Amino acid sequence: MSDAAAHAIEHHTSTGIDSRKVAIWTLIGSECLFFASLISTYLVYKGKSLVGPLPHAESQCMLDGKMQTCEGMFEIPLVTAGTAILLFSSLFVVLALYGAQKGNRKMLVGWLSMTVICGLFFIGMQVYEFTHFYHKGMGYGTNLFTSTFYTLTGFHGTHVTVGVIWLSTLLVLAIRGKLPAEKSLNLEIAALYWHFVDVVWIVIFPVVYLMR
Amino acid sequence: MDAQTHPPAGEHSHPTPGLYFKVGLVLFILTALEVAAFEAGHGGLGAGLRPIFEPIVVEVLLVLSAAKFALVAMFYMHLKQDSKLLTNLFVWPLLLAAGVIMGLIVLMQYWRVVGAQ
Repeated sequence: MSDAAAHAIEHHTSTGIDSRKVAIWTLIGSECLFFASLISTYLVYKGKSLVGPLPHAESQCMLDGKMQTCEGMFEIPLVTAGTAILLFSSLFVVLALYGAQKGNRKMLVGWLSMTVICGLFFIGMQVYEFTHFYHKGMGYGTNLFTSTFYTLTGFHGTHVTVGVIWLSTLLVLAIRGKLPAEKSLNLEIAALYWHFVDVVWIVIFPVVYLMR
Repeated sequence: MDAQTHPPAGEHSHPTPGLYFKVGLVLFILTALEVAAFEAGHGGLGAGLRPIFEPIVVEVLLVLSAAKFALVAMFYMHLKQDSKLLTNLFVWPLLLAAGVIMGLIVLMQYWRVVGAQ
């Protein structure tokens, strides 16, 4: 790499930290408040739905134009699998970053591919879950639970989707050999976003799925 | 310059894959404990455990969740090694977010009590 190119990559700042890294942490800080508002809305309206379906308990709900008894909606084993996959993806992306920083392209491409696959699995799990709920009569405006549930988990799913697209673009660059060790910060920033998406789910999973 | 041997000022070298795997294993175990606590609290692991876990299941889940959150932030997001500035950029909004959640819950409870009177 030429000196000019190297100079273009290095950013000297008064804090000694690359401005892009400060920017992503600032974004993550603001995202904490965004998800706090969604989580608090879910908690405030928890248990206030007048009709079913409800997350855990049996309830009376409108299905096919008449009131029927509905079972609890959540499938804990499926969501637990999704949670574990998302946790593993966090492990895989740090290993990919380690490979990128060491200039180990095989390690970078391998672990980054695994991360993207895990992300796609999680999105697939959520699409399946939403479709399944919809066919069981759980629309967005059915009751307070469904509105707050879809809003909270839907926004999280959108963040996962953005993360998958971001990591996929970096994977393509890595495969083409355009993500050398000098540019590993590009992956580190994407990885920080990905970990944030993971920690948000670490909060959502017990709050939404496990607490009755 | 090799970025690995001389990390930028304010930053330190990141952990090794071995540590990442250990943290990953702990995260997996904590998730399994979360589900076990949920099942125990609702009779899924036998009726005998339910009276013990039912009153404390929310607290157990919150503690386990906080532990997982902290592990990811410290080791995978490298806050343990990186500059304190980055920790502050994350922790202060996080505390504010926790305050927003607690504040809204308390406020809605208050309005519910006042509305019922």
